[in-house]
Amino acid sequence: MAAESVGQGLQQVALSTAFDVHFPALEVVLPLVAAPLCFLFRSRAFARILSAAVAWLTFGVALVLLQKVLAEGTVRYPLGGWAAPYGIEYRVTVAGAWVILVVSLVAALTLLFDSRGSASRLAPERRYLYYSAFLLCLAGLLGMAITGDLFNIFVFLEISSLSSYALIALGRDRRALMASYSYLIMGTIGGGFFMIGVGLLYQMTGTLNVEDMAQRLPAVLDTRTVLVGFAFLLVGLSIKLAVFPLHQWLPNAYTFAPPRVSAFLAGTATKVSYYVMAEVVFVLFGAHFVFTEIGLGAVLMPLSVAAMFVGSLAAIYQADLRRLLAYSSIGQLGYMTLGLSLANVEGLTSGLVHVFNHGVTKSGLFLVVACVGYRTGRTTVRSMAGLGTRMPATSLAFVIGGMSLIGVPGTAGFVSKWELIRGALAAERLWLAAVVLVSSLLAVVYVWRVVEMIYFGRPEGLESLGRDGEPVREAPFSMLLPTLILVAATVVFGLWSDPTLSVARSAAVELLGGAGG
Amino acid sequence: MADERGPVVDDEPPMRMREQIVLQVGGRLLTPFILLFALYVQFHGDFGPGGGFQAGVLFAAALVLFGLLFGVDRVQQVIPVSVSEVMIAVGVLLYAGVGVTTLLLGSAFLDYDALSAEHGQHWGILLVEAGVGIAVAATMTRLYYAFGSLHPDSEPAAGEHGE
Repeated sequence: MAAESVGQGLQQVALSTAFDVHFPALEVVLPLVAAPLCFLFRSRAFARILSAAVAWLTFGVALVLLQKVLAEGTVRYPLGGWAAPYGIEYRVTVAGAWVILVVSLVAALTLLFDSRGSASRLAPERRYLYYSAFLLCLAGLLGMAITGDLFNIFVFLEISSLSSYALIALGRDRRALMASYSYLIMGTIGGGFFMIGVGLLYQMTGTLNVEDMAQRLPAVLDTRTVLVGFAFLLVGLSIKLAVFPLHQWLPNAYTFAPPRVSAFLAGTATKVSYYVMAEVVFVLFGAHFVFTEIGLGAVLMPLSVAAMFVGSLAAIYQADLRRLLAYSSIGQLGYMTLGLSLANVEGLTSGLVHVFNHGVTKSGLFLVVACVGYRTGRTTVRSMAGLGTRMPATSLAFVIGGMSLIGVPGTAGFVSKWELIRGALAAERLWLAAVVLVSSLLAVVYVWRVVEMIYFGRPEGLESLGRDGEPVREAPFSMLLPTLILVAATVVFGLWSDPTLSVARSAAVELLGGAGG
Repeated sequence: MADERGPVVDDEPPMRMREQIVLQVGGRLLTPFILLFALYVQFHGDFGPGGGFQAGVLFAAALVLFGLLFGVDRVQQVIPVSVSEVMIAVGVLLYAGVGVTTLLLGSAFLDYDALSAEHGQHWGILLVEAGVGIAVAATMTRLYYAFGSLHPDSEPAAGEHGE
């Protein structure tokens, strides 16, 4: 039905002005065209304005797409007019539209953030390169969630990965180079594994279209080739998703990247990989094969629980704020993969709603750290000492974001955890619910360390002076605005959780219903 | 071997490419044919195996070979760093531009039939592959400049190191 309506739409478009049928392509093409334009014009001001404008446009397009998908079902777009499964098809599902909405929102807000040129190693006259790479990364991440073609997913994965290596390497600290290099090695292994998996499955089914392959796979599901292909896909994605114990690249990458890049990647890159993993597990292979026949849950569940504890415990001992947030991300990703491994509607809903809730929370917190770094010149936990009076808005933003990481009721983090506990209870695993609660207590510890420093810490000696020896003041408005919007979103969607939860739930139902097995 | 007393004297190191007469003559002979073959692969790609990516790699390979034998600066006289950078962007824009044009003509992204009912498919793929070829050749060349030149971000002063 959906395919028919889009088909009719494509015929009508020549007559009417219904340009929105092209939105799936436009969503990817906009940043993809803007990136070389930034590169060509070599102007930092032009690149800045263009990239921000494009990011907001993609956000608008994502909103329209989400509404359309919710109203009409899956939106299909044949590239070049070649119908699937022969041509490459862009297929926007509820889950996909949800993910691109989060990615484009985070991109738009981080590009709104004015880093005041203090952030990257690039000389001012070459800073347009930063925006070019940023847009390419955005295009890759959006493409991964939109395309319905496995090889296309790989291509977009590489576009986003390569540009994110470049972006991370731009961090001012020289250790950014090493962080970027180790991410490059791990990311390339991950991408390579994904590619090998796609190759093996293509060999067995003769198709690259996800839906078409899902129909052909059951016939060859008991072959070893398919099993190996699935393993390669899963491990490759697990590296990109930083599933414990494949998370080692993440802390350094997020710590040493330029501030806005940390904020952007922390809110988006792993989330898109999560979506692709959900699509591979539930749409391509089907929950029955993955969880009943080969028992992935027995592997993914303990690893998720381990990630929750290892990530949160490591976060407690970090002296650097960005590293603290990065380790916290590993723990939070554990909640998301735990939801996936439950393989029920509540669990997957919690994972998908956490894509938004954690994306907004963590990006907001990284921007808070960027504000602190701009005024104090440092990003250690110590540098927050006494900021409660000197940077009140920034401090409050950290407290609210931190509460969302813990999962305090009234914040977005609570919504995800509540749903996750419901999922654990629905799966009749009471101990998992207990584990989620206990691990949240660890988050209390690492968040409280910072909060204590903000409100009860006393800056000593030169610590009371900010960068360039000036007294520390509140961050400028152009930095504060996007930070506060993100943090406010965690409260708004913590209290008013109907829209996020209902979209995530219909996405979960759709993914679970799409089981090919 | 360089020591503390002074710089390397030109005619001392045995492995200088500029002294490899056989390689130099061979490379000089081969370069135009590699470039020509790249163009063949580029335009033959419409009808058979080949296409923009392979052609771009071949084209850049010819430039890299020439650069290895006669110095990066000689290649940069033909394709300066700035030109290679512009070509990277132009290649991508040519590809995407065809797609955007078909969009604006009311068809799907990259639906070449929108360009012309009769020749659309041919023109479309020709332009797209040209875009790919330009972007790939320029990117490979720029990568070679980045690794093969002491001043990767700028063009050396004219005549420096020239032979």
